[in-house]
Amino acid sequence: MTTYGRGLRGLALATVATITAALALVFFYAPLDADQGFIQKIFYIHVPLAIVSLCGFVLGALLAIGHLRTGDRRWDMRSYVAIHMALIFSIGGLITGSIWAKASWGHWWVWNEPTLVSYLIVVLMFATYQPLRFSIEDPERQARYASVFAIVAGAFVPLNFIAVRLAQGFVHPRVLTLAGGHLPGSMRVTFLVSLAGVALLFATLWKYEMTAKNARMQTRALRRMLLGEDAVRPIGRSAAPL
Amino acid sequence: MRAALTVLRKDLLLELRTFETVPAMALFSVTTFVIFHFALNRATIDGQLAAGVLTTTLLFAAMLGINRLFVAEREQGGFDAFLLAPVDRTAMLVAKAAALFAFLVVLEVIAVPAFALLLLGPSLGPPLPGLIAVLALANTAFAVIGTLVSAIAVHTRARDLIGPIIGLPLLIPALIATARAAGPLLAAHGSGSPPAKWIAILALYDLVFALVAYAVFDFLLEE
Amino acid sequence: MDARPAIELRGLTRHFGERTALRDVSVEVPPGATLAVLGRNGAGKSTLLRILATLLRPHAGEVSVLGEPLPRRGFAVRGRLGLLGHDPLLYTDLSSRENLHYHARLHGVRPERVDELLERVQMAGRGDEPVRLLSRGMLQRVAVCRAVLHAPDLLLLDEPRANLDPGAGELIEPLIGRASGCTRVLTSHDPQAALAEADVVLGLKDGRVTYAGAPGGLAAADLKELYA
Repeated sequence: MTTYGRGLRGLALATVATITAALALVFFYAPLDADQGFIQKIFYIHVPLAIVSLCGFVLGALLAIGHLRTGDRRWDMRSYVAIHMALIFSIGGLITGSIWAKASWGHWWVWNEPTLVSYLIVVLMFATYQPLRFSIEDPERQARYASVFAIVAGAFVPLNFIAVRLAQGFVHPRVLTLAGGHLPGSMRVTFLVSLAGVALLFATLWKYEMTAKNARMQTRALRRMLLGEDAVRPIGRSAAPL
Repeated sequence: MRAALTVLRKDLLLELRTFETVPAMALFSVTTFVIFHFALNRATIDGQLAAGVLTTTLLFAAMLGINRLFVAEREQGGFDAFLLAPVDRTAMLVAKAAALFAFLVVLEVIAVPAFALLLLGPSLGPPLPGLIAVLALANTAFAVIGTLVSAIAVHTRARDLIGPIIGLPLLIPALIATARAAGPLLAAHGSGSPPAKWIAILALYDLVFALVAYAVFDFLLEE
Repeated sequence: MDARPAIELRGLTRHFGERTALRDVSVEVPPGATLAVLGRNGAGKSTLLRILATLLRPHAGEVSVLGEPLPRRGFAVRGRLGLLGHDPLLYTDLSSRENLHYHARLHGVRPERVDELLERVQMAGRGDEPVRLLSRGMLQRVAVCRAVLHAPDLLLLDEPRANLDPGAGELIEPLIGRASGCTRVLTSHDPQAALAEADVVLGLKDGRVTYAGAPGGLAAADLKELYA
């Protein structure tokens, strides 16, 4: 049985260190933006959240492919944790994006920022993952269908970004610039450290949840072995294989 | 191939026998046009607005059809019957998508003239060939995604709810492309031709999801 | 005639979520023989039949049907099995003829066979009515036609005589009975009737095998225990 807990402490410490460093850089090192002022600093949390969550969704799709190819339900468990963790991060991304839009454009939501709009659609898509999962009762079928969905949704992400980007055209100025390679040196350093911090946070939380689920699974298997089938009550909503 | 035709034939026969799906879709569309008249408070619409109303109505009507697509299989043992046959399992994907495509064509033969009658300002004549091309690609998108989503939804508890909440976000890129392609076609002053980029996007979408559906469908049929 | 067993199970195990439906089931059935699977509801009989029908895959153990290992070679075996379960697998809005022609085309069977079989179960006259108008007994007769339409080598019969009208038993006997010459796996709520037809008996209780062997070796007390 795979041990998920190995290295968890080290990873957690690295995360705390990186996030602390990132916060320090954001507040004391990165220069104030000329146009947007202090509120621009929310960029350092918004963009990493968005990037890490999108990577999380794609990771979930890849892990789902692993599940369908091997039939081993632990892959599905990994995929499930990746996707629902990414969903939580993505809601954070949407909220911070909205705050930034309000601060720089005066509205809580803007339609002329194609990346934000595509992102909303992707979040709506993946928000259906859990309702779908838990409305299928047979656990094997649940795992299989969830994996199929994760793959389809993963294929959807790039198509969605292309379509929305084309729809907005290049008529409207981009509200949330500063993405990509146009950052001056000090901002770039801060951004990269923030990105690393959020990525590490995702990895730590993923590992933590996998460890907890795995431990529970093993405990239940032991109880079943020692005390018989009836001593183990079925868990309500769970993606664990056993 | 023979198996796909067999299943398709059976589905068309069932629809002709029961008339469960297509009339409901058509009726829904016409009623929706009436609702749009009141909701928008307009006697005629044209251009992008018309394209948007038409596309959205067809999308929601398609959802009704999508919800029904696999219900007979689920309730009357159709899955088992098919799985016991020595045939390629993706034949069911092809057959069901073709059936849904056929239902959508019949729907549009009724709904598009109704739209022209009730809401559309400019004449339907000149843009018709372009519109047919755009709708053919759109129908393919609805058919592929609809079959996939319906096959997933039919095994869940909240069958009628899961279909739309999964299917609608998935269809957004296709919806964008269809509406934007149809916009210039339905313009007030002489219809334009559909912009090539949107046709290309629709075709790309159809291709990508047809391949994805082909790859994953087997996994949906197993028990 | 192939000397290999028609069915060979070794350590077959299948779970449903946290419940184990079948645990370590092993049995061999020679070609042309009848296997009776006995046990009360929930013992795993239907699960076993569905695994043999290639509709479910085993989670552990080896399954070999008509010489082909499952689930790997499921597609090679599907056309040679006939399943008669609780569900007649007929579309209620289509007629018996239409349903059987659908199955015939899926299995590559010539269409004349549909009418031949309908005649044999005396359903030819009502063959064009929608299936939902038929009584349960008639439905079962048409379902039998569906199961044997493609002349399978192995018949999987889950309580085949349930719902039958009294006279109909004789009509379907040559199609699915011992006289058919097929290897058969039979489950029944009436253990005595099943035992009378069996060459091999498998007793299941809570997914485990409590008896596997000739019908004569099963003591009356063990039989009671199975259904307790």
